[in-house]
Amino acid sequence: MNGLNLREELEQRGISRRDFLGFCASMATIMGLPGATSAIAAAVENETRPILVWLEFQDCAGNTESFLRASHPTVADLVLDTISLNYHETLMAAAGSQAVSALDETVKNNKGKYIALVEGSVPTGADGAYCTIGGRSALDIVREVCGGAAATIAVGTCAAFGGIPAAAPNPTGALSVADAAPGLQNLINMSACPANAENITALIVYYLTLKRWPPLDQYRRPLFAYGASIHDGCERRAHFDTGQYVEAWGDEGHRHGYCLYKMGCKGPATSQNCPTVKWNEGTNWPIGCGHPCIGCAEPNFWDTMTPFYGRLPNVAGFDVGGWVDTVGLSLTGLAAAGVVAHGVIQAVRHRHETDKDQAESKK
Amino acid sequence: MTHVVVDPVTRIEGHLRIEAEVDGGAVKEAWSSSTMFRGIELILRGRDPRDAWAFAQRICGVCTTVHAIASIRAVEKAIGATPPPNARLLRNLIMAAQNVQDHVIHFYHLHALDWVDIVNAMSADPAKTASLAQSLSDWPLSSVTYFSGMQDRLKAFVQRGQLGIFANAYWGHPAYKLPPEANLMAFAHYLEALDWQRRFIKIHAILGGKNPHLQSFLVGGMATPVDPDSQSALNMETIAALQKLVVDGRDFVSRVYLPDVLAIASFYKDWASIGAGVGNYMSYGDYPMDDSEHPELFIPSGIIHGRDLTKIGTVDPAKVTEQITHSWYTYTEGNDAALNPFKGETNPNYTGPKPPYQLLDVAQKYSWLKSPRYDGAPMEVGPLARMLIAYGSGRPTRAKQLVDTALSTLKVGPEALFSTLGRVAARAIEAQVLVESMDMWVQGLADNMGRRDYRIQDNAKWDPSTWPADCFGYGLHEAPRGSLGHWVHINKGAIVNYQCVVPSTWNAGPRDAEGQPGPYEASLTGTPVAKPDQPLEILRTVHSFDPCMACGVHVVDAMKRELARVRVM
Repeated sequence: MNGLNLREELEQRGISRRDFLGFCASMATIMGLPGATSAIAAAVENETRPILVWLEFQDCAGNTESFLRASHPTVADLVLDTISLNYHETLMAAAGSQAVSALDETVKNNKGKYIALVEGSVPTGADGAYCTIGGRSALDIVREVCGGAAATIAVGTCAAFGGIPAAAPNPTGALSVADAAPGLQNLINMSACPANAENITALIVYYLTLKRWPPLDQYRRPLFAYGASIHDGCERRAHFDTGQYVEAWGDEGHRHGYCLYKMGCKGPATSQNCPTVKWNEGTNWPIGCGHPCIGCAEPNFWDTMTPFYGRLPNVAGFDVGGWVDTVGLSLTGLAAAGVVAHGVIQAVRHRHETDKDQAESKK
Repeated sequence: MTHVVVDPVTRIEGHLRIEAEVDGGAVKEAWSSSTMFRGIELILRGRDPRDAWAFAQRICGVCTTVHAIASIRAVEKAIGATPPPNARLLRNLIMAAQNVQDHVIHFYHLHALDWVDIVNAMSADPAKTASLAQSLSDWPLSSVTYFSGMQDRLKAFVQRGQLGIFANAYWGHPAYKLPPEANLMAFAHYLEALDWQRRFIKIHAILGGKNPHLQSFLVGGMATPVDPDSQSALNMETIAALQKLVVDGRDFVSRVYLPDVLAIASFYKDWASIGAGVGNYMSYGDYPMDDSEHPELFIPSGIIHGRDLTKIGTVDPAKVTEQITHSWYTYTEGNDAALNPFKGETNPNYTGPKPPYQLLDVAQKYSWLKSPRYDGAPMEVGPLARMLIAYGSGRPTRAKQLVDTALSTLKVGPEALFSTLGRVAARAIEAQVLVESMDMWVQGLADNMGRRDYRIQDNAKWDPSTWPADCFGYGLHEAPRGSLGHWVHINKGAIVNYQCVVPSTWNAGPRDAEGQPGPYEASLTGTPVAKPDQPLEILRTVHSFDPCMACGVHVVDAMKRELARVRVM
């Protein structure tokens, strides 16, 4: 270390105190901590660079690419710069045995101090031969590296829940990090396909600021990013409540931003902060672009949320019935029906999760 | 003779392993192995074909649009859906943005460190760096103060002793030839490109809701509404935003990326005769310019055999086959059969060493990639193939013009294109051609709005009851890394068989039944290796293809094998 803290480093790179506080304020908003701006600023400035390693297994590098889109230009980039990213196959200069030794040395010399990020699921079939790096199986690597980490962040739905490789019929015996390496300390799931860059960055700043990890939901996801349903924050919610639905692609309702529920939107069954944080520096999000939510932050969504264009009540696990048609047919009491319908969905969803929890606990 | 293993090959998408025999300072023979497998095509079976694009898209999060495009095209061909003109324009824009952004990221963040010695940049003279940059283009960020600040930043980073992603690399390797000033300029542009890619890709957020994994694709069209009189659709505000992003993108490509590539290439001209490879090149062609059944393609299709630029052949998808002689699969017709994707079968059957292992048995099966062949011949696909076909056929004229300019700038002949350096230059030239074309498609959308044509989707073919009971289709696309094809068989509204033949399978596949090496393997033969324990030169040639391994690995089970679809509740 040369003794430079982040604040000094930012100044050296021409980032003003004002820009920096702006960044901290936006982080506070994402984390749901209004008023914490100065605390975040103080914490980040005084923090020395923590060591991170980023592992990729059965992945598509979509979370890596998402990470590269972290917004608030320059400053977000610099916050990444204040972390020592000792291993990341997609970005690192070293290759082959030099890359392997970068990981080995980090794990050996910083036991219990580094943070492991994992992208992709971990296959268990064919003795681990469905994913090897340097001749070693992913299963072997994830257990060693995450086992020695202060915390593990499963980035994206594949690492968090098994994701697409684990979708039926799961040809490779793919597992989530939680299942591949049971008993990890401080495991946090940042699901979604891919995880939103703003949420990944917010999680790291949360840790640097508050010296603890955030409260999690029943799927080990931070409440600041997964604490409310897409439906509850959706800009099209008023159209749902008044029974205004898109009926066909490109119709009048579609062009005027009506509710996509009848086209298969899974927003009511999906928890994530997409409606507020959006994507690519707040430019847009899938529903804003006229396409239904596919539920990508939820466990097993490739199986439970498909067919993607089927209405939610008809999707396995959400057998509520055809009440949306009732809403569409009735011109009286539309808002009330909408609210009731939403309540039913939430109740069913809750039941579904409770059943799942019970099933889990029987394992 | 030294046996060199590079695993993991880093700065790529996915998991790639290279084994090579090095003798007398050069590679005698090389083997390319993909070491990860998911089975997404198997997962696709039994599902709704309208969902397939989202599954296939997850094959790759780097080229995050390409499998979605190939998938909707394959299903559309099978069911007879016809996307309206707005959908064609939206797709062309999305595809071009993907190619341009991907090419820039590849050069600066995945490939540049094979040519640029970051540590050496600390000894550069900022004034000379500024002169160098100013001699290449009028890009405004090229002052002495700017490069001086960049150098200070680099020094501070290195001096603190935590090198992070730059640790353990090959700094100081004798194969690095750039003067310190060029290294410093490239370091600055590495950081600028990191900012640039994030801004430019907002085109995808506007047209697809988000990037990575855009979410506006539909079988039969696009989900992005078009209506100049709505605030919930593409309107004149978004048209203006797209135009601005396209201008900014063009600015960076023409004033930074392309000049950097030519400048760096001028120090590495020996690499214009290294890494040629199989010498056969293929492009399916893409970017339809009209809405007819056989539209003119902005980037042309064609085949080149034996580096003969005077004969551009036509492509027939029926001549595409895949072999598994050296791949971890079995075929019911035998180990040496070659199957067209419509009859494709892939039964994963790992027979390699049990991990952890030191070496693969390259005389047997050694990769999760299959070996695609066109009429029995290995083909190189990608930007070099496309630009060679454009050069040979003379269209688009801009491509021919830019290739000629690059050749005369470097004072080399067309034969220099068949090389590692040729791939790097072709990628930058293609980015320039495509980024210049984007405004034409933005304008096309605006023109359609002017005509009150707001159609985005062939709704008549949305309901599966309108589809033939049993149908087949294929969808072709030119992805950043080359020719991509998806083949689908649909029966009673559900996917029976799904198969992808992917750019990185064409390029990175293992030897075939006749022992013919794939393009990576062929191109590595003869590559110099100064220090076998620091195989920088091997990385150069492999990276020049822009490997994307998760794309390359696929599986479709034997069509006759019954598969129970298990729903996870």
